[in-house]
Amino acid sequence: MSNEIKFNEEAMATVNKIIARYPQGKQKSALLPILHVAQAEFGGWLSPETMDYVASILNIKPIEVYEVASFYSMFNLKPVGKCLLEVCRTSSCWVRGAEDVVKHIEKRLGIKEGETTKDGMFTLKTVECLGSCGTAPMLQCGASFHENLTMEKVDALLDEYRAAGKLRSYTDMDYKNTL
Amino acid sequence: MGKKLLIHNDNVPNIHTLQVYREHGGYASVEKALKSMTPNDVVEEVKKSGLRGRGGAGFPTGMKWSFLAKPEGVPRYLVCNADESEPGTFKDRYLMEKVPHALVEGMITSSYALGANTAYIYIRGEYFYVSRILEKAIEEAYAAGYLGKNILGTNYSLDLYVQVGGGAYICGEETALLESLEGKRGNPRIKPPFPAIAGLYGCPTVVNNVETIAAVCPIVMMGGDEYAKIGVGRSTGTKLISASGHINKPGVYEIELGLPVEEFIYSDEYCGGIINGRKLKAVIAGGSSVPILPAELILKNDKGEPRLMTYESLSEGGFATGTMLGSGGFMVYDETTSIVKNLYTLARFYHHESCGQCSPCREGTGWMEKVLHRIVEGHGKPGDIDLLWDIQKKIEGNTICPLGDAAAWPVASAIRHFRHEFEEYINNPGKIKDVKHYYSTQSA
Ligand SMILES: Cc1cc2nc3c(=O)[nH]c(=O)nc-3n(C[C@H](O)[C@H](O)[C@H](O)COP(=O)(O)O)c2cc1C
Ligand code: SF4
Ligand code: FES
Repeated sequence: MSNEIKFNEEAMATVNKIIARYPQGKQKSALLPILHVAQAEFGGWLSPETMDYVASILNIKPIEVYEVASFYSMFNLKPVGKCLLEVCRTSSCWVRGAEDVVKHIEKRLGIKEGETTKDGMFTLKTVECLGSCGTAPMLQCGASFHENLTMEKVDALLDEYRAAGKLRSYTDMDYKNTL
Repeated sequence: MGKKLLIHNDNVPNIHTLQVYREHGGYASVEKALKSMTPNDVVEEVKKSGLRGRGGAGFPTGMKWSFLAKPEGVPRYLVCNADESEPGTFKDRYLMEKVPHALVEGMITSSYALGANTAYIYIRGEYFYVSRILEKAIEEAYAAGYLGKNILGTNYSLDLYVQVGGGAYICGEETALLESLEGKRGNPRIKPPFPAIAGLYGCPTVVNNVETIAAVCPIVMMGGDEYAKIGVGRSTGTKLISASGHINKPGVYEIELGLPVEEFIYSDEYCGGIINGRKLKAVIAGGSSVPILPAELILKNDKGEPRLMTYESLSEGGFATGTMLGSGGFMVYDETTSIVKNLYTLARFYHHESCGQCSPCREGTGWMEKVLHRIVEGHGKPGDIDLLWDIQKKIEGNTICPLGDAAAWPVASAIRHFRHEFEEYINNPGKIKDVKHYYSTQSA
C-alpha cells in the first residue's frame, strides 16, 4: 500500500457505483458506504487525511465527514490492529460466556480490552449485540462472524489470523459465518 | 407443526439463488400483482390481512401504507429497515441470509403497491456480508427482468439498492435511519411530519421491517382474508421468533401467532427446554426493550390463563404483570442468572447507543449504567433502588424518540419483579460476589 491517500482504480469504480445509487445532488447519501471502503483501503482506520479525501470526492465539507465518522461505532478514528476482534458483550452472549471469551483472549494475547498487541496484529474490543444471540458467544473480525465460540475455537482462530497476517475489513469478500 | 410462510424453504439447497427460489414458487407475487392487480388492490389485501409491523411497534401495515402522501410529480420511496440491532433479535439476518429473494420479491411487490420507483434496503453495517448476499440476489433479479425498466413487460419500473450503516442501534428508529441514509449522523427527527409525508429527501416514504415486507408476498398470493385466518384475533399470520439464552435449541423459529409460550419454550419443535435441565427464571419476550417477566408471569397471565405468543396476550396485565411481543427477540434466563448483572449489560447498551439529543435519555442512561455498575460491583448504597426507579421515571415519555422508553422499561420491570435481588446485592455484597453469575463455556 502506498502512503498516498487516493483510491486505486478498482476502489474508485466501487465508489462511483455507490454514488450512482442516489438521486442527482444527493451524493452525500453515499458517505457511510464510502467510509467503509476508505477504511478498508487505507489501513483499517480513518485518518483526517482520509476523511478530507472522502469529503473532496463527495463534494461536501470535511466537517460533514468528521461528524458522521465519529457518530458510528464501526469507524476507527485511531489506528487499530490488523485484526480487530469485536466480542459481543450484551445479554444473550453474556449469559453464554462472553466474559470468559474476553478473559481468554486477554490472557492469550497479553493485552486488555481496548488494547493492541505490540506487533500490531490484534486489537481487542467489546461491542454490543451483533445479531448472533442464538449462536452465542460470538465475535466478529472484519466481515466474518465467529459463532458458538469455545476456547479451542478462539485459539485456532488467533493462530489462523496470525499466520495469515493480513488486514481484515468489513468489506472482505472471503467472509465466514457459521449460521 | 404450525404453518410457515416465510422460511419454509430455508433448508432447500441453493434456495438463495433465483433459479431454485423460483422453482419453489418464488416471484409469483410480482407476477400476480403487476399483471392482475392495481397498486390499490395490493394495499387492500394487506389491509385485510391484518399484518402488523414486525419491527417492534406492531403498527398495522395496510394502514401505514394508506397514509402515504401522493403529491403529483414528487417521488415516493420504500425503505426497508434491516438495521436489526435490538439485542436478542437476529431473525432478519436469518431470512436475508437464507432466502434473500424473499426480501427482494417483497420489496418489488410492496414498491408497486406504493408507487415507488426507487427503494432502498438499509442494513446494519456489521451485516456487511449479508449486504453482499442481497446485492447478488438483486443482480439476479435485474437479469431476470424483475427489476429495472418495464418489469415483466409492464410499464412499472423499479430500482432497488442496498445501503450499509455504520454501527448504531439508533439507526433502527425510522427517522434516524432516514438521516443515516442521507449520509448524516443518526439523530431521530422530531415528528410530525411523519415519513409518510416527509421522509427520505423530504419525499413521502414508507419504512418497513424486513419481515413485514417479506410477509407481503404470501399475503398477495393467498389473499388478505386467508392470511387473516392464521393466528388469533388481531394477531394474524406467522411471526419469526429469535430464541436465545439458556435453551437447548436457540435459533430462529417461524410460529403461528397464538402458540402457547410454554409450548414454545419446552417443546422439542422449538426451544427444547432449559439447558442442563435447570429451572426457568425469567424471559424477555420481545427484544431487550420490553419488560422482563419472571417464569410464573411469562407462562401464565395474572388471571392464571396460559400466555400465548400474540401481541395481546403478552401485553395482558399492562406493565404491572405483562410485557410486549416487540421484535420477537425471545431471551430465556435460567435459575443461575443474576437479573441485576443482566440488567447492567442492557443499561450499558442503552447508554452506549443513546444519540445524545435529549438530556433525559443522554444523562439518564449514563446514570442508570453507573448506579447499576456500583451495585454489581458490591458498592451499592441503600437508596440506589429508589434512585434507579426515579431516573427511569424521568426518562420515560420525555424524549424525542422511543429509545428513552426502551432504556427505562427494562430497569423498571427488573425492579418491579426482582427487587429482592437488588436488595441482596446492596445488603450482602460479599455473599453475592462469590456467586457464579454467568456461564462458563468451559463448564457448559
Ligand atoms: C431505538 C429504536 C430502534 C429500532 N430498531 C429497529 C430495527 O432494528 N428494525 C426495525 O425494523 N425497526 C426498528 N425500530 C422500529 C422502527 O422505528 C419502525 O417502527 C419500523 O421500522 C417500522 O416497520 P414495521 O412497521 O414494518 O415494523 C426501532 C425503533 C426504535 C425506537
Ligand atoms: S431518546 Fe435518546 S436516542 Fe432518542 S432522540 Fe433522544 S437522546 Fe436520541
Ligand atoms: S447478544 Fe451477542 S449477538 Fe446478540
